[in-house]
Amino acid sequence: MLRHIAGRVGQAVVTTFGVLTLVFFLMRLSGDPTLLLVPQGASAHQIAILRHQLGFDRPLIVQYVAYLRQLLQGNLGTSLVQRMPVASILGSRIPYTIELAAGSLVVAVGIGIPAGVAMAVWRGSLVERSLAALVFAGQSMPTFWSGILMILLFGVVLGWLPTSGVAGLPSLIMPSIALGALSMASFARMTRIAVLDELSRDYVAAARARGLSLGAAVARHVARNAAIPVVTVAALEIGNLLAGAVIVETVFAWPGIGQLAIQAIAARDFLVVQAIVLFVSFVFIVMNLLADVVYAVIDPRIRLSS
Amino acid sequence: MSAALEVSDLRLAIGGVNVVDGIAFSVAPGEVMALVGESGCGKSLTAQALLRLLPRQVRQTGGRILLEGEDITALAERRLRQIRGRRISMIFQEPQAALDPLSPVGAQVREASGLASAAAREAVRRMLAEVGIADPDRRIDQYPFELSGGMCQRVMIASALISRPAVLVADEPTTALDVTIQAQILDLLRRLAAERGTAIVLITHDMGVVADIAERVAVMYAGRIAEIGPTAAVFSRPRHPYTALLLAAIPRLADEPKSRLAVIEGSVPQPSEYGAGCRFVGRCPFADARCNAEPPPLLETDEGHFSACWHTERLA
Repeated sequence: MLRHIAGRVGQAVVTTFGVLTLVFFLMRLSGDPTLLLVPQGASAHQIAILRHQLGFDRPLIVQYVAYLRQLLQGNLGTSLVQRMPVASILGSRIPYTIELAAGSLVVAVGIGIPAGVAMAVWRGSLVERSLAALVFAGQSMPTFWSGILMILLFGVVLGWLPTSGVAGLPSLIMPSIALGALSMASFARMTRIAVLDELSRDYVAAARARGLSLGAAVARHVARNAAIPVVTVAALEIGNLLAGAVIVETVFAWPGIGQLAIQAIAARDFLVVQAIVLFVSFVFIVMNLLADVVYAVIDPRIRLSS
Repeated sequence: MSAALEVSDLRLAIGGVNVVDGIAFSVAPGEVMALVGESGCGKSLTAQALLRLLPRQVRQTGGRILLEGEDITALAERRLRQIRGRRISMIFQEPQAALDPLSPVGAQVREASGLASAAAREAVRRMLAEVGIADPDRRIDQYPFELSGGMCQRVMIASALISRPAVLVADEPTTALDVTIQAQILDLLRRLAAERGTAIVLITHDMGVVADIAERVAVMYAGRIAEIGPTAAVFSRPRHPYTALLLAAIPRLADEPKSRLAVIEGSVPQPSEYGAGCRFVGRCPFADARCNAEPPPLLETDEGHFSACWHTERLA
């Protein structure tokens, strides 16, 4: 178990290093960052002075080592647009992103997994067809459309919920549903397939032959076995929820990472964009690592054989 | 002595066609009775019907199943759950697939015991020892992937017998195992059936297994019983041409090397091809007009030995 986890942590460290390197060189490939910062009509001399001040005139490899050293100290640099440390800009947005991701995850898991189990257990029934319609809706509605429709209905017409911004739990409801709907569909589909797959196995027939009800067989045996592919989906979906809320955050004026990304790209705030790319990559690396740990907890074949 | 299990006129249909068509047999306590036949003859469906665990598309359209004299065909699911594993249980073809890979084997045996934790662990440990698992104290907490196929089948047998059921249905219990392990598992089943008075319904396609363990055998063909009787009698004096041809098709060591294997010409009819008469008619050397028109009844030819053939006397 410990060796398995240590191995996965080692892999995660190597991946992180690869991402840091890739991001550094990709950002430099997009051109001289100094040119993004100077005003129109600056002279070549002024540009050269600024480039020297910022250290962009040094050899690339020297810049790379300096960049790695900075990151290891937790220093993401200073935004040249906002004149603030990038870490504190990011830090002020991350709590909102986590809040929205958590709300969406509650919607996605809370509806998706029970719906998937029910669709598998009551296959071919009215229950499955109704839930399939819900899943289909969640999967096919674009968030900018469902978000605006919800704002119109619950915010404008009924006045039940705030239309945008951050004001406690009520303001979290609509963005969570808009963002969680697609994940809900993924969870429901994956859970349905996984449970159906397990229900056809002999051990389910054997458990029923021992006198277990179908419900007890699902709870005691099928759930754990079907959880393994669902955990894989969960790792990806949580990553997506933390990283991919650009549209929902824009529609609902939610001050998270997605909104920050749009603003930073528009303002050519080079170091903030770089920090967001690093943050998102790191989220996916951590989620995959967590999934690997959860596999080992669930499955003795992984836990005991490594 | 009254029968542990008595099946009469069992009919199972898929989409309106009777794929099991009027099966009847009974098994006495401690007796091993084999249901033998080719794939698709309905023997596995019959096994599932005995525990009332039929696939959804299969409907029982007739017949009764008496378990220790009680008709279980009409029981509610709730009552059936009290019967399954306690009074009738089942073991499967692939023991490793029949055990939950993520659950310790001891826990799965205990599930069938209906006992609470402290007493249960000791009961499970004793049961594992009884089915010949060495070091049960260690094995009880292990997972199926840590055990061999033969040991997994012993675990399955332990879980099937821990509540001392009257009937054990064994669906091809040795097909997936090595031949040497096969013999050990058959010995174990025979010994436990005798010691505990458990009636065993053994589903198999292997005549060697039948000869090895079963006291009586029912030969099934296309959803019907072709012949049923004491194993020794059926093997030495088959009274149905299908049985006779099956036995003739078993290769023997004394056969000339590289000589052609004996086969039964033709193939098993699909349920959609069943005619009005005998279902073996297309492959039978004795077939005549009557065989095509009328299904032969199962009639006693010798003491306890029945055959469903219009031409039984030609096999004498």
